[in-house]
Amino acid sequence: MAEATILASGEAIAARRRFRVLRKLLHHRSFMAGFIIVAVMVIAALCAPLTGVDPNQMRVRLRFRPPSEVNWFGTDQFGRDLFTRTLYGAQLSLWIGLAVAVLSGVVGAAIGVLSAQFRRLDSLLMRIMDALMAAPAILLAIGLGAALGPQTHSVIIALAVAYIPRTARIVRASALVTRELEFIEAARVSGASSMRIMFKHLLPNASGPLLVQSTFVFAFAILAEAALSFIGIGPPPPAPSWGNIIAEGRQFAVQSWWIMLFPGFAISLAALGMNLLGDGLRDVLDPRLKVES
Amino acid sequence: MAVPLLEVDDLTVRFRTDAGWMTAVDRVSLAVGEGEALGIVGESGSGKSVTALSILRLHAAATTRMPTGKILYGGKDLLTLPTREMRQIRGGEIAMIFQDPMSSLNPVLTIADQIGESLRLHQGVDHVTARKRAIELLDLVRIPDAARRVDEYPHRLSGGMRQRVMIAIAIACRPKLLIADEPTTALDVTIQAQILDLLRDLQRELGMSVILITHDMGVIAEFARRVMVMYAGRVVETAPVGQMFRRPVHPYTEGLLTAIPKLDVDVRRLPTIAGSIPDPTVVIPGCRYSPRCPQVQESCRRDSPALLPAGPEREARCPPRVAAMAKETVA
Repeated sequence: MAEATILASGEAIAARRRFRVLRKLLHHRSFMAGFIIVAVMVIAALCAPLTGVDPNQMRVRLRFRPPSEVNWFGTDQFGRDLFTRTLYGAQLSLWIGLAVAVLSGVVGAAIGVLSAQFRRLDSLLMRIMDALMAAPAILLAIGLGAALGPQTHSVIIALAVAYIPRTARIVRASALVTRELEFIEAARVSGASSMRIMFKHLLPNASGPLLVQSTFVFAFAILAEAALSFIGIGPPPPAPSWGNIIAEGRQFAVQSWWIMLFPGFAISLAALGMNLLGDGLRDVLDPRLKVES
Repeated sequence: MAVPLLEVDDLTVRFRTDAGWMTAVDRVSLAVGEGEALGIVGESGSGKSVTALSILRLHAAATTRMPTGKILYGGKDLLTLPTREMRQIRGGEIAMIFQDPMSSLNPVLTIADQIGESLRLHQGVDHVTARKRAIELLDLVRIPDAARRVDEYPHRLSGGMRQRVMIAIAIACRPKLLIADEPTTALDVTIQAQILDLLRDLQRELGMSVILITHDMGVIAEFARRVMVMYAGRVVETAPVGQMFRRPVHPYTEGLLTAIPKLDVDVRRLPTIAGSIPDPTVVIPGCRYSPRCPQVQESCRRDSPALLPAGPEREARCPPRVAAMAKETVA
């Protein structure tokens, strides 16, 4: 057994390690719950064209139909099928959520680690972050979104910039604690460069809070996209994003409750799914929290 | 000793504190021969760890004035070496282990990754070879079931095991010099003995030089060949270990030795050195030990004593005692 282990090739070792992580993930309940929710939503979003209905086709005679066998989620004030619109909306909203979470996560982590490692850069970077944080995230995003014009990618950039300071702060705080530990000094004694210390030692030790923060950003981004769409900065109507659908349904909330209900439910479900997924990932990837299965 | 492996010459390290500049290491000189074990003893704050860190140039840049003096290794002055070359020395030529094995390992990387890091940095070996070497190294530091342990994370190992892993990392690239900064202080006594045995065996097998920093006289007696005693940032005595235990020259060394509890003598109170280590920001005129010295003379408080030769391979910073010794030898 020991001989075989020593002689195993590099690929086999890497594959086995990956397999072990995978098996742990499969046994992790909340991860699996989150994974199933997110997977179902992604598949549903990709399958949207299979309904064979144009999400933007208006049928004036079918306005404000409550949910029925024909229109599962009912219809809106223009007679558009809300089930189809919610599915197409998933494409847009999930993409925006994911893009914002990844973009703000990557840039925020880089800024956080840099300012923890290079103390001279720290005051400069953190003052910039403070300046960005001085304005509420949503106001900042509105300002940026308005400047960049009503397009999907400007929403992504605006929201990513708005959430970068918080992520950077979280990573920096974690890295500042880590860099005082002796293993960082031990790594320097082994001849590791600053780059190596930042990305091999400081960043992996901040991955727990970073992952959790990113799943929050994902959920917030979907909600904020709704808010931006509502005031007209964002994918312009009639593009069906969850935010757009809710924004349009707001004036009819009392008589036609179903317009807002289903996309609203979809937003909550997506946020819940991502949070469960993130928690599970952190549990499995952080060896300090590992429970033996 | 022909040409020493490492020679520290007149090293001075100063820190910036709220109370102004303080001198942590004051004109310390030392030499380590090839394969030699040098012990550095002193209380907390005597400057022994700072000396060690300065050899690898790992003092905090923001609060430390550039150390002055020379640190010669292989014909090069480590204090003026470019950063890139210095990184090659660290871990490759000179390795170091620390006091607290609980925080010296990165909790999110496996043992194989951490031993492999040094190998990949200095010898450019690939992942598979690094892992194989890691298993061999774990065997060498006597960790049982190395092939299985190598893929585990540090939190599964005990303190003694972790210190063994730290030693494995340190010797991975076959360094010529190992600096051990209180390697056994955080371990319990039985484990201490095992770790010291291991270090001694490795030193012999690999032909390394070792600088062992400690405040434990027992550890020094067991491990070192030559001892350097530091007090308040200065070297107060250097001597071969046997001679120092038989006949300490400096009153401070004497004080340290009488403070060791003896098994065969029943005492109610252990002897101690009166007073405590001086505040490093306060300048003491004359001999720095004079406020605590039981044999203090008028001249001690006035003149700063020099390090004087006191026999073959011996030096001490106490003119009255050195003079007294010289008289004895003549008579």
